[in-house]
Amino acid sequence: MRTLLKVDNVVKNFSGLTAVSNVSMHLDTNELVALIGPNGAGKTTLFNLLTGVIPVSSGSIVLNSDSGTYPLNGKPAYTIAKMGLSRTFQNIRLFKDLTVMENVLIAMTSKVKEGFIPTIFRFPSYYKTEKQLAEKAKQLLEIFELENDTDVLAKNLPYGTQRKLEIVRALATEPQILFLDEPAAGMNPEETAELTQLIIKVQRKFHITILLIEHDMSLVMNLAQRIYVLDHGSLLAKGTPAEIQSNPAVIKAYLGEEVD
Amino acid sequence: MKANFKYNLIWLIVMIAGFYLINTLILVGVIDSFIANMLVTIGINIILATGLNLIIGFAGQFSLGHAGFMAIGAYATAIVTQTASSPVGFYASIFIGIIVSIIAALIVGIPTLRLRGDYLAIATMGASEIIRIIINNLKMTGGAAGMFNIPQFADWPTVYIMVCLTTIIIVNFIHSRAGRAVKSVREDEIAAEAMGINITKWKLAAFVLGASTAAVAGSLHASYLQTIAPNDFGIMESISILIIVVLGGVGSITGTFVAAVVLGVLDTVLQNFGALRMVIYAIALVMIMIFKPSGLLGTWEFSVKRLFSRSKRKERVES
Repeated sequence: MRTLLKVDNVVKNFSGLTAVSNVSMHLDTNELVALIGPNGAGKTTLFNLLTGVIPVSSGSIVLNSDSGTYPLNGKPAYTIAKMGLSRTFQNIRLFKDLTVMENVLIAMTSKVKEGFIPTIFRFPSYYKTEKQLAEKAKQLLEIFELENDTDVLAKNLPYGTQRKLEIVRALATEPQILFLDEPAAGMNPEETAELTQLIIKVQRKFHITILLIEHDMSLVMNLAQRIYVLDHGSLLAKGTPAEIQSNPAVIKAYLGEEVD
Repeated sequence: MKANFKYNLIWLIVMIAGFYLINTLILVGVIDSFIANMLVTIGINIILATGLNLIIGFAGQFSLGHAGFMAIGAYATAIVTQTASSPVGFYASIFIGIIVSIIAALIVGIPTLRLRGDYLAIATMGASEIIRIIINNLKMTGGAAGMFNIPQFADWPTVYIMVCLTTIIIVNFIHSRAGRAVKSVREDEIAAEAMGINITKWKLAAFVLGASTAAVAGSLHASYLQTIAPNDFGIMESISILIIVVLGGVGSITGTFVAAVVLGVLDTVLQNFGALRMVIYAIALVMIMIFKPSGLLGTWEFSVKRLFSRSKRKERVES
């Protein structure tokens, strides 16, 4: 096990408001880490900083991948995605008017190079790459039992399946780290249990690191090997699920203080 | 691989058959020069509108500056063919028009494509006006009076072939890796970036491709009509191209074809009605927008492949 992503003293100011202050954390290879905290703690902001959706005000984010060490702060989101950091969104952001297949194929766009002329004039190489991509996408969809919905528009899928497709789409970019932003939001206990199994399966099958934001504590405690707790933009606690459950500061942040 | 070859062959046959159909009708005398004129106008409008549909319907970038790029092509052809009056000169002028319009599209696109919706529409409209005003004030373009006696090299077969060629390029672009990237930008820019798609690059790609086909249409326009003036390429021209796109269905190339033909025929038929023409034309537009707000065909697309798989399925059911 080695450190894959190292986050040092990351700060984000929104004109006066400090949404994330001095957060340092690390993610190791093949690890499942949870990020929890009360509403408005800055969890999604931290996700947006790590995946380059918004730039950091200060601090450093460094990726230690197999091929070398890359600083990620200041890089645009699409470069970070190409380097192997993929994500899902709290409020589902599928390509709604495109089919399930197209959603997955789009995530594979940066994995293939096809010139303008061969594409426009349909050279045999065009058909070959398209066929390879379609097969790869189909294999991925089969793992998640979505292979019969390839031609369904994403917006017509049931809610739980949309969440699932977002995970498939994120995996199609062949990430090293997968960020899941409240994957169980809006799901009933049955669906949450199914999702828990799915996340375990994903991590085992693809050997990737997962960082997940979640409010469902049963899911977090079942899944996570380590937990970071965020409150008012700064790191409140970190540790194993057992340590977090008995941490007085965490209990205080969630439940408030006892009044004498 | 074989199936793909079959579909491509069918399209090729359709295109050749269309060509010979029009050719025969002209020889027989069903199509007189008046109708031939209409067909050429429809053809040029198809080239313009499919390019604009790529920008608006597929990349989701609301551009109102298409006439500016058309002007670049038109003036390139006018200037080049007046000095080098030969078919070679004509095709070279199309090429020059494409190159200049690509440069112009990059200059316009890089700063303005950051904008969204109405803001982008206003910025592209302004850019197209700048192009028109530059042409209006240059000596080599003949100023506000425009250019006359441009040698005619574009006849209806040239226009027909160009319609086929630009449509093939745009449709193949849409149905490829590039097209999917462009559509993802339309659907959700943040999600597209998170999937590793460089949204600025793909927006620009669609914009530049649309602009270069507009330049081709402009070249054909100049060479066929033999007279051009800066006022031909004002905001009204951009809007009339937009009308074709919106009427046919934003995001449907088939719809663009249908709308260009319907509006072209309507425009010609209504010429007998004199002043009433614009009123009837406007009413027709309002009616379609009320009863079919997504355009005549919405986002529906004709597909030979689907046609075949459907008839096959029917056979299987019947047998």
